[in-house]
Parts: sequence; structure tokens; C-alpha cells
Amino acid sequence: MAVLADRPPAPAATRPRAGRGSRVLVNRFLGYATLIFFGLVFLYPFVIQIGNSLKTEPDAAANPLSPVPHPLSLAGFERIFEGTNFPLWLGNSLLVTVLVTLGRVFFDSLAGYALARLRFRGRNGLFAAVIAVMAVPGVVLLIPKFLVLKQLGLYDSYAGLVVPLLADAAGVFIMKQFFESVPASVEEAARIDGAGVFRTFWSVVLPMARPALITLTILSFQGSWNEFPHSLVAVQDPGLFTLPRGLADLVSGSLGKGTQYPLKLGAALLATIPVAVLFVIFQRYFVRGANEGAEKG
Amino acid sequence: MATEALTAPATARGGPPRRRGRGIRGNENVAGWLFVAPVIVILGLFLLLPILMAAWVSLTDWNGQGSPFTAKVPLVGADNYTRLFTEDGLARRDFMTSIRNNIYYVALVVPTQTVLALALALVVNNRMLKGKGFFRTAFYFPSVTSSVAISVVFLFLFANSGAVNALLSIFGIRGPQWFADSRGVLHLLLGTVGVDSPPAALTGGGPFGLSWWDWLSGPSVAMISIISLVVWTTSGTFMLMFLAALQNVPEALDEASILDGASRWQRFRYVTLPMIKPTTFLVLTLGLIGSWQVFDQVYVMSQGEPAKTTLTPAYLSYRTAFRDFDYGSGAAISFVLFLIIIVLTLVQRRVMADRDTDGPRRGWWRRRVPEGS
Repeated sequence: MAVLADRPPAPAATRPRAGRGSRVLVNRFLGYATLIFFGLVFLYPFVIQIGNSLKTEPDAAANPLSPVPHPLSLAGFERIFEGTNFPLWLGNSLLVTVLVTLGRVFFDSLAGYALARLRFRGRNGLFAAVIAVMAVPGVVLLIPKFLVLKQLGLYDSYAGLVVPLLADAAGVFIMKQFFESVPASVEEAARIDGAGVFRTFWSVVLPMARPALITLTILSFQGSWNEFPHSLVAVQDPGLFTLPRGLADLVSGSLGKGTQYPLKLGAALLATIPVAVLFVIFQRYFVRGANEGAEKG
Repeated sequence: MATEALTAPATARGGPPRRRGRGIRGNENVAGWLFVAPVIVILGLFLLLPILMAAWVSLTDWNGQGSPFTAKVPLVGADNYTRLFTEDGLARRDFMTSIRNNIYYVALVVPTQTVLALALALVVNNRMLKGKGFFRTAFYFPSVTSSVAISVVFLFLFANSGAVNALLSIFGIRGPQWFADSRGVLHLLLGTVGVDSPPAALTGGGPFGLSWWDWLSGPSVAMISIISLVVWTTSGTFMLMFLAALQNVPEALDEASILDGASRWQRFRYVTLPMIKPTTFLVLTLGLIGSWQVFDQVYVMSQGEPAKTTLTPAYLSYRTAFRDFDYGSGAAISFVLFLIIIVLTLVQRRVMADRDTDGPRRGWWRRRVPEGS
């Protein structure tokens, strides 16, 4: 109540702290200090990664904290392209990612549209099933997926890498949510003009879903580019390794051996760059995904 | 569901001209099923069918050769499960060690990432600060990168001659050899006060074949490095969820409490915290579910070493099946893990159901990211 007595309640009330100059300054200082501290914590590892990938091995071991290579050395990157199968992994990753992304965007939108707009028997049950499937933890499916791929004869093939990832429940969900927000009058007009169900979907409603399609494309790209456990159980042939798989192969089991870090960090850096670029350009779609497909944790 | 899949197109086909009188609706029945068919086939083949097949395999002794569905594969009933829980042996020892490791992992990861995410969201939500967009991006960036690539970076950071030890040495601390010491941090702490061997009371049989001393080891130093990696990568995502929730807190409420003379802490405790309670529950349960599935980081950084202190059930199930070729046991471990996670998911569902009745919004997934995010 004392606060109220001090000053008129009208516009000043929205800026209650404006009068207390020094406290505002202290708070602001603390706020910026926290931001900068955590900014460093979250970004400095990447800075170190870039710096050390350009160092010589002894330099990386002696000055791991320093972001500046001294002397600058491209030996790590040279060895990535000459001494490892990096180009092969890159090619496999690109192929898998493009196919998976195309498939997911198409199949998820089809299903999302049907679940949102078409009246067909069993729709509610199906939707419940899709929700339930979202809750199945991926890690417990490693052995089961291997079993199915073997039985279907897809083990150790590109099909084994791609087909199981062609649809995902979270994507269906995002598309369904979006299609529900499209006004029904648009479709009715198309139907009256004589368009069939698929044509209405493909030429009228789908183009309106651009924001959702971009979100889904980006999430699918990021997800399949980074996908690791699936490639672990779907293929064994080194000729079919994707980037994460190749990278894991390059480093795993090398506990504590401080060797080849410039090479390993460089390879990890190259694997991160596509997603990093995508992230910088399409940030808000990632953010939307984080809040919509949150089930995936 | 399956019967409907068969009957729906049949009725549409079976009802010639007269049926067409139903016009658009009858048409939609066929179209609807055609539209969802690809997704049903893929999810059915690679999500539902696998679970059923693995359930079968977990009851056998299949070694990975040939088909697990022939008569030649020995059926062992619940043996794979009893070996994990009741029979004294290596299988139970490893499984219980992995459970212990994961419990410590969950106990450290979930509270830390939740508190950190909330703290970051509060700072980024502060109206007085500029440049928040940049920092929000910076905090979220690790969450979108490849877990494998990031694990490589953390391996380097935590190497013996790595950045973390270099940083510690600035403060005059000699950092540990992160991936060498197989003792738990609680044992290490006790070591500093001279307690190196377990007191007699703790050496005796604890539950499930591990002694109480083993259960109470704390996470190993190597596990701590995996924990810091995971907290670092997941906090960004959860920060965004908290941020969305914070921006939904009506400003008027905050102002009213200021007028009532509430201090900053009181406003946080009695206004903000209750308003974002549903999101807090969501973050906690998602964290719980996620942290029982830790796999990629363990695979890349430690493979369960040193001395099995970073073994987790997810990794153990993979290793049992694909390294030891004991698919039956591996599948059984998966199912126990599945059960743990399902229980946690049910808890989450309940929490979400409570949340639905809280407000006008129809569910958490309806949440929209506020303008300008």
C-alpha cells in the first residue's frame, strides 16, 4: 500500500522500477553478466572446436583453451578428406536426409490433412494411435527395428536407412494442427468447382500450409541429418555409413587417447555446419518445432 | 482399427450408383484411408510390429543367426527376465549397475537442466535487457546440433590435457583424469576424509546383488562429464518451453502484485511459479523420459567404461544384443526399460490431463510460440 501512496497509479504503474535508479542499474548489470556468462558457456565449446580443428596436434594438446591456432594448420582437414571415408559419409548422409525429408513432408501432410479434414470411419481411433506412437521411446526399439529390417530383407541397404524414417508421428501431429486452422470455406469452394479430394488437398490447401511445411521440412532435415541410433542397427557395411555413424566410428573406443583431435574436431565441425546454417536462417521454425513437437523431448 | 481399414474401402466400392448419393462424404471415407495409408504402413511396420517381434525374442535364446521364428530357436520363457532380477550372476550385476548409473544420472540431470532452463528463461524474458534474441539463439543452438558431433567436442574438452582441466588449473585445481577413475564421486569424497573401504554394514548384500556400498557410490567422474554434456544440450529446448509459458503470464497479474507490495522473490514464488506450473511438470516429465534413454553420448564418449560406471540400460541392451549376440537378454532389457518409461509417460499423461482442466487451452500442444520468438 505504501507503494501505491508514493505515486499516481496511472501510467507510471507500468514502469514501477523507473524511479529507483541505482537498483535498476545493478539489476541490469547482473542480468547482462548472467547472459554473457552463459553465452560463453554455450558458445565457447564451438569456438574451441573451430580453433582446435585448425591447430597442429601438439598445439591442441598444449593449449586446448585457446581459440587461436598457432601455427595455423590445415593438416587435420587434409587428413579428413584423404585418410577417412568422409566424402562417402557425406554423400550417404545427403542422400538419406533428402529422401527422408521429402517422404516425411509428403506422407505426414497427407495423413495430417486426412486426420484434420476428411470424415472417415476410424479417424478418431487412428489419431489416438498416432498420439500413442509418439510416446514409444526410440531407444527401446533398437533391437526390434533390427529384427524387422532383417525379416524384410532391408538390413544393410539404403532402403533400410531410409524407409523406416519416412513417416513420423510428431510430423503428422504438426500438420494436423495446422490444417485445422485453415478455414473450411476455402475447400468447399474448390469442391464446388469440381476438384476431387486429392486435388483440393494438393493445389488448394497444401500451398496454404507453407509455414507448417517449412517447419516440418527443417525438423525432418535436422532430425535425419543427426540420426544416429537408427543407422547403428540398420546397416553394418562401412560403405553405407552416414556422417554421425562414420564420426562415431572415428572416435569411439579412443578413450583418453589425446590423439588426432584436430582431425576429429574438424570432422565433427563439418558435420555440424549444414544444421548450423539452417538454424541461423530458419531459427523461428526451430523454435516453433521445439514448442509444438515437444513430446519428442 | 484393422477391420475398419478393410471394410471402409469395401463399402465404398460395394455401393455403386446409389452410394454416390452420399457425395463428398462417401468419397472421403476412401480418400481418408488412402491418405493415411503410407503413414500407417510405415509406423506399423517399424514401430508396432517390431515391439511384438521383440516381445517374442525376449522369451527366446536367439543368437542372431537365421530367423528367430523357427522351431530351432530355443524358447526359454521368462528366463531372460529372471536372470536380470533374481539369479545371481553377471547379467544381473551388469543390469543393476546400469540401473544404478542411470538413477544417479537422472537425479543430477533432471533437476539441473530444469533449474538452469528456468533461470535462463527468466533472464531472457526480462523486459529491461537488450540483445536477448542473440542469447536465446546461443542457448538453444547446442540443442539442434548432432549429439555425436557434440560428444566429440566434449571428449576433447574433458580429455586429460583438455580445456576443462586447463580451466581448472587456472584456479589452481588439478583436474581429474575424467575417463580413467572408476570410482564414484561419493566414494572419492569419502576418500578425502580417509574412508577408503566400505564400513562393514555396507559390504553385505544390498538389493539385487549389489552391495549397499556399490549402490551408494555416486556417479563416476566420467558420468559427470556425460551429465554436463546432456545438461548443456537440453537446457536450451526447455528454456524455450519455459519462455513460452512466461510470456503467457498476464502482465496485469504481475503489476497487481507489485501494487500489493510483493517483493521480487514473492512475485516469483507466488505469482510466476504457480502460473507456469504445467510447463514445469511437462519439462520435468519430458526430462525424466529422455534421461532414461541416454544412448548416443554413452556410445561415443565412453562405451560404458571405465569399469561399467557409464553403462546405462539403453546402452547395455544394445551391447548385449549386438556385441554379445545375446538378443534374448538384450530384448528383455529393452522391455524393462520400456516399462520404466511407460510408467513415467503415464505420470506425464496424468499431469497433462490435470493441466487441461486448468485453463481454457485444450492441451499443451496447442501452445503457440508468442509473437517475435
